[in-house]
Amino acid sequence: MNANIGVWAIPIIIFIIIISGLLKDVPLFDVFIKGAKEGLESTLLIAPSLIGLIVAVSMLKASGALDIFTSFISPLANKIGLPPEIVPLAILRPISGSGSIALLDNLFRVYGPDSQVGKIASIIMGATETTFYTAAVYLGSIGIKNSRHTIASALTADFTTIIVAIVIVKFLNVYAF
Amino acid sequence: MICLLNYIWSFMMLISIFCAATTGRMEILSNSILSGAEEAVSLIISMLGMMSLWGGLMKIAESGGLTLFLSRIFAPILRFLFPQYDVNSPASNAICMNIIANFLGLGNAATPFGVMAMREMNKTNKNKSTVNNSMAMFVVINTASLQLIPTFLCVLRQKHNSQSPFGIIPALWITSVAALLVGVSTAKILEKVFKNEC
Repeated sequence: MNANIGVWAIPIIIFIIIISGLLKDVPLFDVFIKGAKEGLESTLLIAPSLIGLIVAVSMLKASGALDIFTSFISPLANKIGLPPEIVPLAILRPISGSGSIALLDNLFRVYGPDSQVGKIASIIMGATETTFYTAAVYLGSIGIKNSRHTIASALTADFTTIIVAIVIVKFLNVYAF
Repeated sequence: MICLLNYIWSFMMLISIFCAATTGRMEILSNSILSGAEEAVSLIISMLGMMSLWGGLMKIAESGGLTLFLSRIFAPILRFLFPQYDVNSPASNAICMNIIANFLGLGNAATPFGVMAMREMNKTNKNKSTVNNSMAMFVVINTASLQLIPTFLCVLRQKHNSQSPFGIIPALWITSVAALLVGVSTAKILEKVFKNEC
């Protein structure tokens, strides 16, 4: 197996951007410097809110609050047919990218990536993002204090992923190639 | 629903301290405060590089008319999802680049474009500390993660001797599209319910 697509994508995008600029006779480096400066400034502007939010998330992960939450959620998870082994992954996935990778790695080791648990876990991992983290970066970066319905909608999508993953793996068994 | 982030942030910290105290994990919690701040700074440092690199490339793409071309292709989708913004606006350009980068699985490039898109959208937003419908939609789409080839996941599956590391991809696409549709519909419905502002 090779994962060459990822290796090619960024150089090709840069190539296309440079060619498009050359064709239109853009003063490439001058324009680049101008945009790069704006990029630097906006990163520094969002730094304080990022530090505040990331420390809070890191405290939440370390405190054991998630374990307590998992034990509350488990009975509900059983009702929708989610194997209990996957509950911690489903809860940690929207909060921590590296944390959920560690859990997924462990699930693969114990049950195997082609088991029912392994397949549902793969889909949950691949079809959702670190929702809270992404939302915190995007909303926090421009000083949003009221995100209205954003989080509710994003979590509804994540919940849909879990349900569809269970249905596909348990009943349809879509497993091509 | 008044200035939620103030409450969420405080609540996260307080509940963490409370849980750590009751489960005897104070030392781990203490360490996590230090490591969290460190993690944030290393993220910011890597973002500094990526944000200025992609900010510069984005400016070239804008001057060369590339983003305009992409915005025209995406015009029907953009008009439906982000009705507050003109298809040719800088906000729409950044949104296009972000969606493409996400689709190709280039998280490192997608985040700078996403932050640029949010900043551009907020420029014409009436209440700067409350999201408008388009901004909420944009965050929901970004959290739904529609990706062509989830390279990392397949590599991890292969590492654990999967019979078919890529075999999960069709199921992933179906799930992602379903979740995206539900997310977008939910946002469209809820935006009429959550009208209150800070």
